[in-house]
Amino acid sequence: MNQLLRFTTAGSVDDGKSTLIGRLLYDSKSIFEDQLEAVEASSAKKGFDYVDLSLLTDGLKSEREQGITIDVAYRYFATPKRKFIIADTPGHIQYTRNMVTGASTANLALILIDARKGLIEQTYRHSFIASLLKIPHVIVCVNKMDLVNYDEQVFDKIVEDYKGFSSKLEVSDIQFVPISALLGDNVVNRSEKMNWYQGATLLHMLESVHIESDYNHIDSRFPVQYVVRPQTREHQDFRGYAGRVAGGIFRAGDDVLVLPSGFTTKIKSIQLGEEVIKEAFAPMSVVMTLDDEIDISRGDVICKPNNQPLVEQDIDMMLCWMNQRPVSFNSKFYVRHTTRETRGILKEIQYKLDINSLQRIEGVDQLTMNDIARVKIRTAQPLPFDSYRKNRITGSVILVDEGTNETVAAGMIV
Amino acid sequence: MSQYYLSHLKELEAEAIYVIREVVAQFEKPALLFSGGKDSIVLAYLSRKAFYPARIPFPLVHIDTGHNFPETMEYRDWLVNELGVQLVVGSVQESIDTGRAKEETGYNASRNALQTVTLLDTIEKHKFDAAMGGARRDEEKARAKERFFSHRDEFGQWDPKNQRPELWNIFNGKKHMGEHFRVFPISNWTEMDVWQYIYTENIPIPKLYFSHEREVIERDGALLSTSPWLKLKPNEVPVKKVVRFRTCGDMPITGAVESTADTLEKIIEEVAASRKTERGTRADDKRTETAMEDRKKQGYF
Repeated sequence: MNQLLRFTTAGSVDDGKSTLIGRLLYDSKSIFEDQLEAVEASSAKKGFDYVDLSLLTDGLKSEREQGITIDVAYRYFATPKRKFIIADTPGHIQYTRNMVTGASTANLALILIDARKGLIEQTYRHSFIASLLKIPHVIVCVNKMDLVNYDEQVFDKIVEDYKGFSSKLEVSDIQFVPISALLGDNVVNRSEKMNWYQGATLLHMLESVHIESDYNHIDSRFPVQYVVRPQTREHQDFRGYAGRVAGGIFRAGDDVLVLPSGFTTKIKSIQLGEEVIKEAFAPMSVVMTLDDEIDISRGDVICKPNNQPLVEQDIDMMLCWMNQRPVSFNSKFYVRHTTRETRGILKEIQYKLDINSLQRIEGVDQLTMNDIARVKIRTAQPLPFDSYRKNRITGSVILVDEGTNETVAAGMIV
Repeated sequence: MSQYYLSHLKELEAEAIYVIREVVAQFEKPALLFSGGKDSIVLAYLSRKAFYPARIPFPLVHIDTGHNFPETMEYRDWLVNELGVQLVVGSVQESIDTGRAKEETGYNASRNALQTVTLLDTIEKHKFDAAMGGARRDEEKARAKERFFSHRDEFGQWDPKNQRPELWNIFNGKKHMGEHFRVFPISNWTEMDVWQYIYTENIPIPKLYFSHEREVIERDGALLSTSPWLKLKPNEVPVKKVVRFRTCGDMPITGAVESTADTLEKIIEEVAASRKTERGTRADDKRTETAMEDRKKQGYF
């Protein structure tokens, strides 16, 4: 069965990120002739000596004019084993906002290190964001090995440095691979120039990393999205709860508890379309019916009586501020959490993080664009939530500005 | 022991259904933009699954250029009846007749760009606040930057440099009066995913997608079907060829490919082996390098 792996990359213009993506797309035959022709023509028009594969990912007019990536771009490729979605994020401007966005849905982060330069500020920043967003897997690609004579010691030193630094982060699964994206060493095909390296190629790692446990299959959570009431003669009394399982496993006959009301009942059936579902688990979209008619609406959570989320109004979280306008205490927002919306107020900024040194900066009274801070938010109604560490779906929120309606922040509940 | 993970198609299906339900939950008057092409057909079937056993709680909107393949119209009417869903038609001919849009002239004249006027007028007339479409990010480079929930200002325009960040699966559909959203539930699907889904779910599709004999002319490397709307150049002589269509757009601008694929299995094989994108047969994208981005900013699909 083919699985889906979502991964994120981030990097600046010259670290070979575009070349690497181009190589993965090209070697997996995901670039089509007409796309390549268009890129060749643009490269020639600009007077380049080589085909600039970054033109494949930089889609907007202003990006092509400036030669930079402005926004997250999504790329797709597939091998016989897996389908891949790449969230390609820029490394230069608004990097935090875009990297956080790309990382929020990723199973895996690709971190590129230039073999000649070793760990740089950007490596720390990207790794920290991967850890903050709880991306379960990291692959560190030591790139441009061709420019250091494929030297094993250069690779070993970088691996050692990275391990030293990453011990401070919360990433459990880290793999390392020495590559040359330009020449294709260890990307799709094994390098003949690095016999000292016994590990897998990058593509093999992407195809085999164990992602079956990336979703929480222990703590059952079903945020109700929509109530299905056909009101047709055939299905007169049907009342189904549509939603996407956020965690755990649900089966017909299970005892369940509905929050915030606290009512208990049993699951009568689980279905999707005409198909009856035996076991529903994340990330399945289904419709549930229950034994008893109780009042349930969008935003309520169906869980198990012996395993409930927290239901509170004062919530601690790591917040990434994403808007041009700064924010300070007592600002009010809409808080969006799973399928629920309530209002919230920024009660306290405990500290801000310097994401290069991971130092805490205390005594801060406002947050500006791309800041990451530990904050306290009070919501108008209690939210049923888990910590982000436990569940990325029930542990995340976005803040929406009440005036402009813009999404201004992303929050990970501590 | 059970395995608790989904195939990539099931995961894409779950994601699309979640997005479609979010639209119905967050907006007052949503609609599904239906072109008769395979992507919007898949979207209609996903919508059926999302709300089953209830009917689809929004209408299908067809922006009718008047230059349709007859097979597309036949299929559209069949599907509307099959799903028991309401159909709203916006007519480009009407926009031309009332002076809202101006017909292009010349050999490559097309009503493709004119659709934007009719589309925006239809959205305004029916007060639709969310219009779902079957656009995919893999189709075209400007579409690679699209959000699932894409905000449009009161003029229906897209501002690609000022999009709302979209995190996890929390979609922000908040808007001011007069603004609307375009929503793309199958953003993450590729052409191959769409075909595989049609195959595994056994979804009926228009005959145009299967190999058949047709009278065509060759122009700029594309095979165009003869029709009352295609103005022939003096040296162009129609010939009969065995072809099929990879996309179903307007008749005068949608190119066919020579193909003997007459079953879904053979189509999937052909798509897997193909070295050209499906939009490679679309004259509308080839006008300039940023043709799609320019049209999208104005309010195109």
